[in-house]
Amino acid sequence: MKRIGKLKFDFWTIVTFVVFVLFALFLMYPLFRLLISGFRDSVTGMWTLDNFRNFFSKKYYTNPIWHSLTIGIGVTAFTIILGSLLAYLLTFYEIKGKKVLQVFIVFSMMSPSFIGAYSWVILLGRSGLVTQFFSNTFGIQTPTIYGLGGIVLVLVLKMYSNIYLYVSGAMKKVDISLIEASQSLGCSPTKGIIKMIVPLVLPTILASALMVFMTSIADFGTAMLIGEGYRVLPVLIYRAFMGELGSDANFAAAIALIMVSITAALYFIQKYVINKMSFKMKAVKTIQPKKITGVKALFAYLYAYVLVGISVIPQLTVVYTAFLQTQGTRFLSGFSLDSFRKMQTTIVKSAINSYSFGLVAIALIVILAVFVAYLSVRKRNALTATLDIVTVFPYIISGSILGIMLLLCFNQRPIILSGTATIIIIAFVIRRLPHTLRSSVAILYQISPNTEEAAVSLGSSPQKAFFKVTFRLMLSGVLTGAVLSWVTVINELSASLILYTGRTKTLSVAVYEQVARGNYGNAAAIASVLMISTAISMAVFLILTRKKEFSI
Amino acid sequence: MSKDIVIENAVKRYGDLTIIPNLSAVIKNSELFTLLGPSGCGKTTLLRMIAGFNSIEGGTISFSGQVINDIPAHKRNIGMVFQDYAIFPHLTVEQNVRYGLKEHKVSKKEADERLENILKLTKIDIYKNRLPEKLSGGQQQRVALARAIAIHPDVLLMDEPLSNLDAKLRVEMRQVIRDIQKTIGITTVYVTHDQEEALAISDRIAVMNNGEIQQIATPHTIYTRPSNLFVADFIGHSGFVHAEMTGIGNSRTLTFSNGYSIQMDNIVATAKEGKVVVGIRPEELYPSESVGFLATIAEATYLGKYIIYFAHLEEVETFGDQELFEISQDLGTSTRLYDVNDKVRFAIYPHKVNVFDLVTGNSLIEVLP
Repeated sequence: MKRIGKLKFDFWTIVTFVVFVLFALFLMYPLFRLLISGFRDSVTGMWTLDNFRNFFSKKYYTNPIWHSLTIGIGVTAFTIILGSLLAYLLTFYEIKGKKVLQVFIVFSMMSPSFIGAYSWVILLGRSGLVTQFFSNTFGIQTPTIYGLGGIVLVLVLKMYSNIYLYVSGAMKKVDISLIEASQSLGCSPTKGIIKMIVPLVLPTILASALMVFMTSIADFGTAMLIGEGYRVLPVLIYRAFMGELGSDANFAAAIALIMVSITAALYFIQKYVINKMSFKMKAVKTIQPKKITGVKALFAYLYAYVLVGISVIPQLTVVYTAFLQTQGTRFLSGFSLDSFRKMQTTIVKSAINSYSFGLVAIALIVILAVFVAYLSVRKRNALTATLDIVTVFPYIISGSILGIMLLLCFNQRPIILSGTATIIIIAFVIRRLPHTLRSSVAILYQISPNTEEAAVSLGSSPQKAFFKVTFRLMLSGVLTGAVLSWVTVINELSASLILYTGRTKTLSVAVYEQVARGNYGNAAAIASVLMISTAISMAVFLILTRKKEFSI
Repeated sequence: MSKDIVIENAVKRYGDLTIIPNLSAVIKNSELFTLLGPSGCGKTTLLRMIAGFNSIEGGTISFSGQVINDIPAHKRNIGMVFQDYAIFPHLTVEQNVRYGLKEHKVSKKEADERLENILKLTKIDIYKNRLPEKLSGGQQQRVALARAIAIHPDVLLMDEPLSNLDAKLRVEMRQVIRDIQKTIGITTVYVTHDQEEALAISDRIAVMNNGEIQQIATPHTIYTRPSNLFVADFIGHSGFVHAEMTGIGNSRTLTFSNGYSIQMDNIVATAKEGKVVVGIRPEELYPSESVGFLATIAEATYLGKYIIYFAHLEEVETFGDQELFEISQDLGTSTRLYDVNDKVRFAIYPHKVNVFDLVTGNSLIEVLP
């Protein structure tokens, strides 16, 4: 049904205007500044290609491109195999304790990767608990955790869960009758699965694989903590910008532009491929898990429990070591609350920062998500269609690049925001809006536009009808997305690390700082606070998604 | 207060696409006026223009003399019933009905009174504390109706309100709507693509096609005296046969290609001699020994009160792409039934059939006011 065509100066016109001003100021302008900065000389400010010439002339700079791509490909390949196989086993077979496994899977996904990285350092690093145990007891040298192997290990263990969640979601939409149909046409059960299920879930695998790929090449914390000599693009950008190579914002901008070109190209290729492959499925009768026995059962249980077990080791390590006596990077025998005591002020201060910035960010995210979703679904036109880029933006622009972009713009007159909480909150909103936006759009498609028109016909003004009816009906869907945004907001590291000052330190930055200084016990204490916050938020999410007030 | 609606030269455009080129109609106070037409004919578009959900690109729409073009939807005082009911799913039946009363600032005492009356009238008073998800489709439709009329709107607009219901409930609910509309006497514009529903419920019907009104008349007139070939074809069943018209005034002769001819005394005076199309409804033919069209029965469907035959007409030229001609035989009066492949001659009742100009497609029958 078509909507009112004439543009009048009403509520929604004002909302559109405000959204576009924000959009221009905090997305388009920073992107534009990044583009300009990359082509300027840092000393003279003249137009130049030197930044790029300089970059491509040295192996020191170009190698990280290949390193990043290697990590991306490696992580993607492993996660596809591990995640899809787990999804297959848990969907097709009765595995006891599935609920518990799923909770752990989601939990390992939600914890930030840099916590995983430093936990593995605690365990397998040079003076790690496991390393020392093996060398002291058996005199065996365990393989090194630093470099490519470690980065891939950490990222795979965090992100196989993404593939698992998406693929098992797609498998749930496969109707059992499709498999039965293939069998009635002469396929054996195994062949039926390969010929039917694989093609049906392939678009999902590809979509989630590309998401994993992009996240892993954009990941900063892991590479920074255990990459050591294995330099990757985000670390290079961070170092160029933060001065370890003699602070050169223009050079950092140039590298950032190269990285953005790569991620943008990948994103649009993915979009194109997925659009060509996608089809809609809806299962009337879903696949029912079958009983499993013998060797197959042994393998299935071993696989599921070992994989999920390993992926929560970092979390367990953090909590365990938080209560150990420490001396720098070394853990002493005996438990104590020393780490918490020493870090008390830091924990309280950074927790207040994390929560207050997070709450403000979430409030803004919810408001923006609802309005942007409404504009792009209900008031769709050429102008509002451009708002879709809001969802794409965070995939293409990694956290450190976003941090640099914001600093480039708001470090000088007329708007000075550097060092403020505002700039961190802006970064949070931009990076974490998509979760909430996506769930807002999804719920909006389920609400008939007539419901709002009914309220108008009964005498409500358009904006009142929106708030009293549509907004009210969107709320449950929006909130579930908001909880996911919240969890990722409090765990945000890469942008905060560029934007923070002493006064605006957040929990995740505090953890990073302690790890970087080698105070593992202190880091563990702060990290456990962060993890408990995450766990509580996830519990709220689970309760919210299960409880449904009404169905439409 | 119920009001009349006058639509004058209304235009609806989306960019370069014109949905309604130039439409005028008068909807009388308190009548149930139906917009009937095939999907895409512009009937819902027109209804939404009256409601204020679609802008008006030209012409005027007025309620009892007041032009409402620039009055926003929420200030037009309309009651609207939607195809998907559009009940607020988070509010109970009572809260749904009260919603509009609050918006119209109706006093608590009067609101209570109205609520009670409306819920009784629509027979949903026992469900007033339920959420809509706990109601059946028919009950939800009653809530939608109650909610719309509770605000005492100037006009009631209904957009295919019964199309989501099953066949039995549809028949029941259309009677409910008709009764309630008559009880409160509110001007109602009703949109449907179901001609049986339109014939059963309406005071007057506007048949629409391609954004234009083809005919406005009572259900009886629409059926018996369609104004052109489109209406004759769209409403009910008609067979069309070519003929030649001769004579003048009220003494005309229609001659079919097999030589069969009938005398007509109700052709408009201005009609010229020449080629015409005769529209014949299934019940407007009768078996005849001597004159008429020779037909070979192709199918026979027994329906209790009557039989429907589909037959090939052997000697005359039919109009359009019709292959089989529909003929009904009333079993209350007939003595002989026919079988497939029987060859039968059928004659037509001259005062029942309709005659259309071959070129313009307009009816040549004089309709007495």
